[in-house]
Amino acid sequence: MSKRILIKGNEAIAEAAIASGCRHFFGYPITPQNELAAHMSRRLPKIGGCYLQAESEVAAINMVYGASAAGVRCMTSSSSPGISLKTEGLSYLAGCDLPAVVINVQRGGPGLGSIQPSQADYFQAVKGGGHGDYRMIVLAPNSVQEMYSHTCKAFDLADQYRLTVMILTDGFLGQMMEPMTVESGQLTVDSEKDWAVGGKRGKRIVNSLFLKPADLEKSNLERFERYKLVEESEPLHEGYMLDDAEIVVAAYGATSRITRNAIDEARSQGVKAGLLRPVTVWPFPKKAFAKAAEHARAFVSAEMSMGQMIEDVELAIRCRRPVLLCSRVGGMAPEPKQIFDAILQADKEAAR
Amino acid sequence: MFLDGLGRIILLAGHYGSGKTTLAANLAVELRKTKNRVTLCDLDIVNPYFRSIDHREWLDESGVRLISSELAGSSLESPGFPPEAASVFDDEEVTAVIDVGGDDRGALALGRYAEQLRQNTTVLLVVNQYRPLSADAEDTCGICREIESAGRFRFTGIINNSNLGAETTKEDVISSLPYAEEIGKQLGLPITACAVDKRLGLTGKTFWPIQIKRKWVS
Repeated sequence: MSKRILIKGNEAIAEAAIASGCRHFFGYPITPQNELAAHMSRRLPKIGGCYLQAESEVAAINMVYGASAAGVRCMTSSSSPGISLKTEGLSYLAGCDLPAVVINVQRGGPGLGSIQPSQADYFQAVKGGGHGDYRMIVLAPNSVQEMYSHTCKAFDLADQYRLTVMILTDGFLGQMMEPMTVESGQLTVDSEKDWAVGGKRGKRIVNSLFLKPADLEKSNLERFERYKLVEESEPLHEGYMLDDAEIVVAAYGATSRITRNAIDEARSQGVKAGLLRPVTVWPFPKKAFAKAAEHARAFVSAEMSMGQMIEDVELAIRCRRPVLLCSRVGGMAPEPKQIFDAILQADKEAAR
Repeated sequence: MFLDGLGRIILLAGHYGSGKTTLAANLAVELRKTKNRVTLCDLDIVNPYFRSIDHREWLDESGVRLISSELAGSSLESPGFPPEAASVFDDEEVTAVIDVGGDDRGALALGRYAEQLRQNTTVLLVVNQYRPLSADAEDTCGICREIESAGRFRFTGIINNSNLGAETTKEDVISSLPYAEEIGKQLGLPITACAVDKRLGLTGKTFWPIQIKRKWVS
């Protein structure tokens, strides 16, 4: 049984969290993610959950830290400036190997920036952001339906690998309303956590402070063994007209939707263009890019940032092909025409 | 059509994302066909996006005056009333459509006009069965009561705007009719109209064909 509903991206994330057994949400208001917290505040109290509006973003992420240490599924959400405030907590969560789901509905930056969509927090999300050596799995949905399915997946991955999973989305997808199918019985597994702390559970400690540097090194190495597993098993990508593409456009999230139109236009004019969309931006789908480089003559990185993902594209293909940047920033989005023009430009550069 | 039975001031309120702004623009344009002076007044204090000002071109072409906060659609998301808003209550020559923000929080803005809104005013509740928090009649009635108490007014009719966005089919609209009737029964309100994307081609007394502009690509 499935039913269709008309729902905003932000609300879809909230519904998915509830369907995944998340009953603890800690938030602090910021546009363009407010509908997410508002939806949780209406829904959670009715089903025995805890919605808490914290006094700040820093407080909210530390409530996630506490709830996760106690073994429950929990989530917080914010937008760019608020995520900056939460990064200390992200590092602590990583240092304690605690599962958590964190939502970033990106807006224009830096600073207070704008309330319009952006993808300029890419580095912050995939390269760390906070201090110390750590990684987060970062999922980049491109539809309201995926806002739902990726959030469900995020809770499972977080528990499976004991790390933070971030949904890296933007003001477009958070605000847009689309029909979505809710599958009944989609509740994901909330696994038994033998490490969770609690008075009756005996001596268990969740902590990121190490008194001996050798122990800290060991914990880092063990953690990176898990990251290696994630990099082997979890990269996801989606191709569109990719198999024979000579010009490959890399784009994620909302930008990948706009790119599809540009690909169609290029194909109709005889240019063999294709889309390679990273669905996970960490782990980056390196193998898919290396494979595409075998038939592609040039790449375009279409992003709402000043050239961030382009570095991962260049790394993944070991700079074997030219990679052009196509970008809009500050809350502005590229139009299909701009991406189409970049495809033609890449075609020209490749012929040189 | 239902237009004849409306008051001089028509207020659209309802659940967040139920389609108030789209319906308000359509209603103002429709009214302008028979009335000389029609004003669309945006009193949304909740949402910085999807505001009446997005329809500016269409409203201008149709000869509808738009009263909107200078802050609407900008990054300065402080809730603000346009100073000209009060004019629609004082100027009795004007037919005014008022677009209110979502839920009880949006309706709160109307409290200050509670006195003026008691006369010659039609207050329409916009409902959409396909929104997750207003999926059944009971929940929708609950939202309705919260709005009434926050805004200090009473609804006088219901507009059924049940839709699934671009994927709406005729059947989706038709199967929502009992839902709207149930709300009407529980609240003791008439169904003023059932709004439907005019491209669906549903005709007849029950349906109000509306124009929907979509910006999104694929």
